[in-house]
Amino acid sequence: MSEKHIDELSGVETTGHEWDGIRELNNPMPRWWLWTFYATIVWSAAYTIAYPAWPMITSATSGVLGFSSRADVSSELALAHGNKSAYLEAIRSDSLDQIMADPYLRQFATAAGSAAFKVNCVQCHGSGAQGSPGFPNLNDDEWLWGGNIAQIYKTIAHGIRFPGDEETHISEMPAFADILEPQQINEVAAYVVSLSGTPDTPDLVGAGAKVFADNCVACHGDDAKGNKELGAPDLTDAITLYGEGQAAIARQIRQPKHGVMPAWGARLGDVQVKELAIFVHSLGGGE
Amino acid sequence: MLDEREVERLDVEAVNSAKTRQPLYAARKKIFPKRASGRFRQFKWLIMAVTLGIYYLTPWIRWDRGPYAPDQAVLLDIANRRFYFFPIEIWPQEFFYVAGLLVMAGIGLFLVTSTVGRAWCGYTCPQTVWVDLFLVVERAIEGDRNARIKLETAPWSASKLAKHICKHAIWVAIAVATGGAWIFYFADAPTLLVDFVTGQAAAVAYITVAVLAATTYVFGGLMREQVCTYMCPWPRIQAAMLDENSLTVTYNDWRGEPRSRHAKKAAAEGLSVGDCVDCNACVAVCPMGIDIRDGQQLECITCALCIDACDSVMDKIGKERGLISYATLADYQSNMAIATDPATGKIEPKRARENGKLNPGIAHFRLSRIFRLRTFIYAGAWSLIGVALLVALLSRDRLDINVLHDRNPQYVRLADGSIRNGYTVKLLNMVPEPRNIQLSIAGLPGATMTIVGVDEAPGRVMSVEVEPDKLKTIRVYVSQPLDQIKEGGTFEFVIKDMGGSETGTYVANFNAPEAGK
Repeated sequence: MSEKHIDELSGVETTGHEWDGIRELNNPMPRWWLWTFYATIVWSAAYTIAYPAWPMITSATSGVLGFSSRADVSSELALAHGNKSAYLEAIRSDSLDQIMADPYLRQFATAAGSAAFKVNCVQCHGSGAQGSPGFPNLNDDEWLWGGNIAQIYKTIAHGIRFPGDEETHISEMPAFADILEPQQINEVAAYVVSLSGTPDTPDLVGAGAKVFADNCVACHGDDAKGNKELGAPDLTDAITLYGEGQAAIARQIRQPKHGVMPAWGARLGDVQVKELAIFVHSLGGGE
Repeated sequence: MLDEREVERLDVEAVNSAKTRQPLYAARKKIFPKRASGRFRQFKWLIMAVTLGIYYLTPWIRWDRGPYAPDQAVLLDIANRRFYFFPIEIWPQEFFYVAGLLVMAGIGLFLVTSTVGRAWCGYTCPQTVWVDLFLVVERAIEGDRNARIKLETAPWSASKLAKHICKHAIWVAIAVATGGAWIFYFADAPTLLVDFVTGQAAAVAYITVAVLAATTYVFGGLMREQVCTYMCPWPRIQAAMLDENSLTVTYNDWRGEPRSRHAKKAAAEGLSVGDCVDCNACVAVCPMGIDIRDGQQLECITCALCIDACDSVMDKIGKERGLISYATLADYQSNMAIATDPATGKIEPKRARENGKLNPGIAHFRLSRIFRLRTFIYAGAWSLIGVALLVALLSRDRLDINVLHDRNPQYVRLADGSIRNGYTVKLLNMVPEPRNIQLSIAGLPGATMTIVGVDEAPGRVMSVEVEPDKLKTIRVYVSQPLDQIKEGGTFEFVIKDMGGSETGTYVANFNAPEAGK
C-alpha cells in the first residue's frame, strides 16, 4: 500500500495511484447506494432460501415457500377445468335440442366442438372442414346421412361402415360392373350428369334414364334425390363426392368407392361428440 | 413602522446554498421551514385544498348511466376494459383520447412554464402539495421552526417520543388515505371501501395501497426536497422551457444590495445601502433550503413563500414590497442596468429611486409579456389538439361493425349450385343500453344471408339483439346464386340502430370460383 494521500483542494483521500500527476479521489460510496447494495445481498440470500435455487446432485433445493411453476400450471389448469365443469355437466345432461335452444350453452359447445374438430377431424375433412374428393365438405348443405343435429350426432358417434360399431351406417352401393354392360354404364352415367349439368354424350341420356329406372331408383329414388337412410346421395345437385364429370360418375358406378369414418362415440365420449355435432351443424349446412 | 434593527434576524443557514452545498454522499442536513403567511401562502392553501379535494373526492362522485353501467363518475374499469369519465365512456380502441389528453398536459406544462415559470412545481405538483400537508402536521405537533429545531436537538424524553409517535402516526394515516384513494378509481368506491376494511378486497388493492402509502410517507415525510432536487427529471427539462420573459422568483438585488443590518448608520457614513436588511426571513421559510439571494438555482421550485416572507418585512420597515418578486429576466436585467453605476460597475440602489420612490423607469411585470410567439405556438398546438379531440369525441361512433371474412374455405358450393361465403361479424354496441341492430346486405344481387343461431329464413335484412355495452360476435353466411355471380364481387354490410339513428357500413368481399369451374 502506498501512503495515505490527501487531495489538497478537496480534502478527500485519494486512491494513492498517480498518472502523470493526476490522482483519483477516493470518495466513499453514497450511503443510499451502499445500503441498497447490502439490501440486495440480503435479498438474494433470502431468495435462495425461499425459492428453488441451489442445484444439488439430482435435483435442486425446493425452497421453504414450496413454489413450483409446474404446480402453478397444474392448479391453474384445474381451475380452468373447474370453471368449465358446469357447462360440461349441462351438455352431458341436456338433449341436443335443449343445448341448441340455449344461446350460451350452444356457443360454448360450438367453441369446444371447434377445438375437438381441429384435433380429431381435420386429418380427413381438412382444417376448414372443406373436405376433398372422397371426404365430404361439411360446410355445404348436401348430407349423405342427414344434416339435422340428431343425424349429424349419430353419424359422428357411430361412424360410417366402421367395423365394431353395431349402429354404424353400413349400406353400400353394389359394383355395377358385374351387373350392367359397359354401354349401359355409359348411358346411365350420361343420364346422372344430365340431372345437374351437361353430359359428354347427350344422345345416351334417354337410354340412361331407362337403365336408371331399372337399377338405381331403389336407393337413389325415382327423382334421383337420394335417400339419407341409406347414405344414397342426391344426384341432382351440384355437389359430388368422388369427382365431377361423366367419366368420374361412370367409374363410381362400375366400382364404387366407399368412405369409412370411425365411430367417435366410444373414443371421445358423449359430451365431445355432442359438441362436435353442434359445431358441424353450425358450419352453415345444418338443417 | 419598525427600524431595520428591530426586524428580528433569524439564525438560519441555507443548507442547499451553492456556496455551502454538501457533497452528494454526505448526510442530508435537515430543513426546518418556518411558517410563512401572505398572499402566495393563501393561494397555495387554496390550491392545496382544490387538488387534494379533487384527488380524494373524485371517486365518490356518482353519475347515473342507467342499469347497465357503473354509476361512478370517474372509473378505470381495467377488468372490463372500460374507462368512464362523467358522460364519456371510452373503449380500449378509443384510448387515443387519453393519449391526446396526455399530450395536451405536456404542452400545457410547456405553456405554463414559459409564462409563469415552475408554477407546476411550486403549487400543484403532488410532491409539493403532500410535503405541505405533512408540514402542517409537523408544525401542529412540534411547533414552528425554532421549536422543531429545539426538539430535534433535545435529548430523548417521554414528551419528545410522544410527539414523534404522534407525528409519524398521522403521517402514516395520511399516506394510507392517499394510497387508499388511488384504488377507488379502479373499482366501485363504496363497495371497495367495505371490502377493503373487512379484508375482502383483492390482494392487488392492499399491495397498491401499501406501495403508495410507503412512497407517500417516505417522499412527503422523510425525503421531501431531495425528491425534487435529485430524483425528479422535470426541473431539468424545464430549464429548456424558460426564456428571458418567463416569470421566476427573483431577488431584486438592484434595490436590495448592499444589504445591511445597520442601514441608517451606514447611510450616515455615506455608504451605499440597499433595501435588504439581511433578516434571513426568506431563507427561513424556504422548504428547499436555499437562499434566493444567491440568484436563480436549480433547487428553487418557485413556491414564492420567500416573497411572502420578504413582503411582510418590507411592510414593517415601510419599503415597497417586491424586493423578492416574480420577475422576468429581461425586466431584472433592465432594472439592473439602471441601478448599476457605469463608472464602478457596482450596484447603487439610489439610482433606482427618485424622491424615495422607485424610479418610474423601473420595469414591472406586464401582462402583455405573456403574449409572445412562443406562448402562441404552445397555446395554438394545445388548442389544436384539444379541438381535434373534441370534434373526434363528439362525432365518434357508438355503434360499429367489424367483419372477418372466412379464408378457409374461401367459398362453399351449395347443392343448388349457389356460392356461399362465411363471415365473422362483430357488432359493437358502445352504449350502456341493449340495442336491436338491423343487419342488411347492400349490393350482391340475389344474395341472401343466414345467421348461425337465428332460426329465420334466409333474407337480406336480419335483426340482432346486442347486449348493453358489449361486443356481439355472430357468424353470417351469405349465398349468391351462381348465375348472378360476378368476378371481384363486393358488397356492404349495413347496420342500423332500430331504436335510434346510428348506422355503420363495412365493405366486404365475396369470393367465388373462377368462371367456368
